Amino acid sequence: MTSLINQTAAALAGLLADGSVSSVDVTRAHLDHIDAVEPDVHAFLHVARDAALATAARVDARRAAGEKLGPLAGVPIAIKDVLATHDMPTTSGSKILQGWIPPYDATVVRRIRDADLIPLGKTNMDEFAMGSSTEHSAYGPTHNPWDLDRIPGGSGGGSAAAVAAFEAPLALGSDTGGSIRQPAAVTGSVGVKPTYGGVSRYGAIALASSLDQVGPVTRTVLDAALLHDVIGGHDPLDSTSLTDAWPSMAAAAQAGLADGALKGVRIGVIKELNGAGFQAGVKQRFEETLALLSAAGAIVSEVSAPNFEYAVSAYYLILPAEASSNLARFDSVRFGIRVNPEDGPLTSERVMAATRDAGFGDEVKRRIILGTYALSAGYYDAYYGSAQKVRTLIQRDFAAAFDKVDLLVSPTAPTTAFKFGEKTEDPMAMYLNDITTIPANLAGIPGMSLPMGLAPEDGLPVGLQVMAPARADARLYTFGAAVEQLLEAHWGHTLLSQAPALANIEMFATEGGAV
Amino acid sequence: MAKAELMDYDKALELFEPVLGFEVHVELNTKTKMFCGCANEFGSGANTNTCPTCLGLPGGLPQVNRQAIESSIRLGLALGCEIAETSRFARKNYFYPDTAKNFQTSQYDEPIAFNGQLTIELESGRQVTVDIERAHMEDDAGKLTHMGGAAGRIQGADYSLVDYNRGGVPLVEIVTQMIEGGEADSPEIGKTYVAAIREIVKALGVSNARMEEGNVRCDANVSLRPRGSNILGTRTETKNVNSLRSVERAVRYEIQRQAALLTAGGTITQETRHWHEDTGVTSAGRPKSDADDYRYFPEPDLVPVAPSRAWVEELRATLPEPPAARRKRLQADWGFVNLEFQDVVNSDLLDVLEATIAAGAPAQSARKWWTGEIARLANAAGVTAESLVTPAQVAALIELITDGTLTDRLARQVLEGVIAGEGTPSEVVASRGLAVVSDDGPLIAAIDEALAGQPDVLAKIRDGKVQAAGAVIGAVMKAMRGQADAARVRELVLERAGSAPVESAPSESVE
Ligand SMILES: [Zn+2]
Repeated sequence: MTSLINQTAAALAGLLADGSVSSVDVTRAHLDHIDAVEPDVHAFLHVARDAALATAARVDARRAAGEKLGPLAGVPIAIKDVLATHDMPTTSGSKILQGWIPPYDATVVRRIRDADLIPLGKTNMDEFAMGSSTEHSAYGPTHNPWDLDRIPGGSGGGSAAAVAAFEAPLALGSDTGGSIRQPAAVTGSVGVKPTYGGVSRYGAIALASSLDQVGPVTRTVLDAALLHDVIGGHDPLDSTSLTDAWPSMAAAAQAGLADGALKGVRIGVIKELNGAGFQAGVKQRFEETLALLSAAGAIVSEVSAPNFEYAVSAYYLILPAEASSNLARFDSVRFGIRVNPEDGPLTSERVMAATRDAGFGDEVKRRIILGTYALSAGYYDAYYGSAQKVRTLIQRDFAAAFDKVDLLVSPTAPTTAFKFGEKTEDPMAMYLNDITTIPANLAGIPGMSLPMGLAPEDGLPVGLQVMAPARADARLYTFGAAVEQLLEAHWGHTLLSQAPALANIEMFATEGGAV
Repeated sequence: MAKAELMDYDKALELFEPVLGFEVHVELNTKTKMFCGCANEFGSGANTNTCPTCLGLPGGLPQVNRQAIESSIRLGLALGCEIAETSRFARKNYFYPDTAKNFQTSQYDEPIAFNGQLTIELESGRQVTVDIERAHMEDDAGKLTHMGGAAGRIQGADYSLVDYNRGGVPLVEIVTQMIEGGEADSPEIGKTYVAAIREIVKALGVSNARMEEGNVRCDANVSLRPRGSNILGTRTETKNVNSLRSVERAVRYEIQRQAALLTAGGTITQETRHWHEDTGVTSAGRPKSDADDYRYFPEPDLVPVAPSRAWVEELRATLPEPPAARRKRLQADWGFVNLEFQDVVNSDLLDVLEATIAAGAPAQSARKWWTGEIARLANAAGVTAESLVTPAQVAALIELITDGTLTDRLARQVLEGVIAGEGTPSEVVASRGLAVVSDDGPLIAAIDEALAGQPDVLAKIRDGKVQAAGAVIGAVMKAMRGQADAARVRELVLERAGSAPVESAPSESVE
């Protein structure tokens, strides 16, 4: 059964389609592996074993009955706990929602169910997606499968670790300032933040509405594209959802595998995301990747985005401002936990205050206070107003850059996975870790992270970030698939095949890592 | 409620100039709510018209109701407003259990309609033009019911229940500029202005416009400026004044209260005040200041509303005749004196009257029936006049009187039959056998019998004392059980007693 868990989703889909394996077998293999590695990894907050097997059996029966099923039918998937699921608890990593089961499914969850994927469970995350390490989860951190003493990135560390630890071939994440891409980078997996409006946010518990975007977390670019095709497209329930007719991302990824796909592609290296503060091994792998790209015929040049230096400041005003308002609904009146004040009268205001005090963690409180302040009369123009202007400037920087090049690249994160506790005492250091990923959210453009090697000094994964103009998600997939093929040919293996074994399971013992 | 000191109204006006402002909330009668697909329905079971969005559940997102935008634009146009090329929703942040998201989705610096004007006419004939600052869209809050404690008040309640059926219902808030120069008419201006808004939304069909159900709610701002000063006084905002008469009373009360307080050396607190219908006083509510901080910011979950100019013009073409102009036209057409017309307007019978007259009834008869007998029956039953009978039925009834089939008295019986569901007026006439006896034969027989029984009366009539005929007419009408035309009976009595021979009397006695 071990062989089933290290297959890509695309490969599993093929095996399922031709009847070589059943969805029940595939699902059970993953559930068994989850049981084996979860004590170490803790990627999941909830595992829906019985429901997953039952769903898999139904899909198998329908396939046996000759029903035509979608390309990913029967393939298991993990769901970030930020997404509402009507049959599983949805906590967004917060104590305030402990045990809450929504009465509805997020649109993306409905779409994966409609496409007959098999939900395995809900993955861990920083509370309300605030963080870059999962250390802010109310339910304990997730451990990086490459080094259990290190963070798996955040906020979607659970989804990335689940994929990297072969607990699931696919996962859903959400990305407000890098929560899909940075965990993908530090776990050696692939993560995509689609164009803002490309994937529905209905049922995704909002952190910052104007920045949040749901996207795929996988082990290959093609798998991400296949999942993107399932979850993307217009949703009338999300007013910011684009009405565009999207091309097939899977077809775009396939196109990247063709010979010469990189020839003549204009690649811009963002000067401001390639300097001081970047770990030596990160810079080294980045330079090597650029050299490979040039050798493959891509035209690499440097572009400048002068306003990126204000991005982190603007982000940490816009995000807390919107979050302070989005999180106001957690008041104990309609859902979630309720905590009564220890003494004094039980007025609704006092119960709300006691509940929020007990239910929210420190980082959430910090950002609510920050955002409340930034929106206050007399400060609005200086803070929220100015931050929105920076946002416009950053969009102009991107527009100017995309006049010259087709795609922009940078390291996904300045460093490899850091150790637990290293940055929790210094919020600014934690915030600065997002410097590379934040601009794409501020501009609403799509971004992808894919593995570009291991840093020589610590042997940990390094991610390449690729960004495309808004609505050009397909371009990311074509390029991403081409780069992935180029790098794997160079290494002679996939990056994740180099990950250390977990729980004494010799995953690659028989296949030599040549998956 | 401790009763505040009040200054005599005339004295207050001698010392101070009242400055007014009104915020009227109009609940739109769209099929669904402002930002979700839930039914916009009054009277459903608690929390049945709810969904993740209007319950403020995590992950819920708003979608703008196009019908609500359309209604808001039409209302804005009817108020003479400009319609914004692009307008935006904003979040008004505050914690309260009836507000599911703990922010209201409203409009702040970019309302859909702005810069309007509404001219109202007071009973004296004085015309007052009220400048409308803006009309903006927002969603309504849920409804709190305080349990235990006194009379549903929050103070002393054991717990409160929340019904979110109303949460998310679309509202348009119409905000006036400061109204100065109202002087002694200020209370009437308040009443007339709110009545005019109510009339407009009703004519547009965008709201059910029932104040008693909260479809139209008024917040009245009042401040006093000392004579000779140009400094504005501190204002109070009396919330949720929910009848026209209350608007008038609340404004008057605040003028008198503030005048007394200021004259006694006190200061006015900027606050919201509650209006108490039963005692006719306002009481202090929440202190309010310009520093009240709702931390407004543009709603990131919605895109700007940008109605095309073509659509706006299309909607402008659908506007009905302005109610004030319509009233002028109808009064002239019907030839009613002011008192008669006011009676119709105040009884809210303009529409049914117009329909009744359109169905062929003479204006005065239609007015007389609707404001008279029908209103009386409706009043007794505690329902509206128009819920009892249709304009067509009333027109048919009047037609039967005009053609002599019914007397007024018989018509009242027919009306009862119609109300009781016995059919059209003609059907009731037939089934109850209520038509006027128009055949002279039975009448003459009854008259002769009566005359024979009262020879002294006959003698008096013959002596020229015509008024004596009354006794005989009464007897005949009684014998006919009312189903006779009294005028015709009188004619016949005089004929039988005088110019014509009375068959039962000796013919020789006839001169
Ligand atoms: Zn709803």
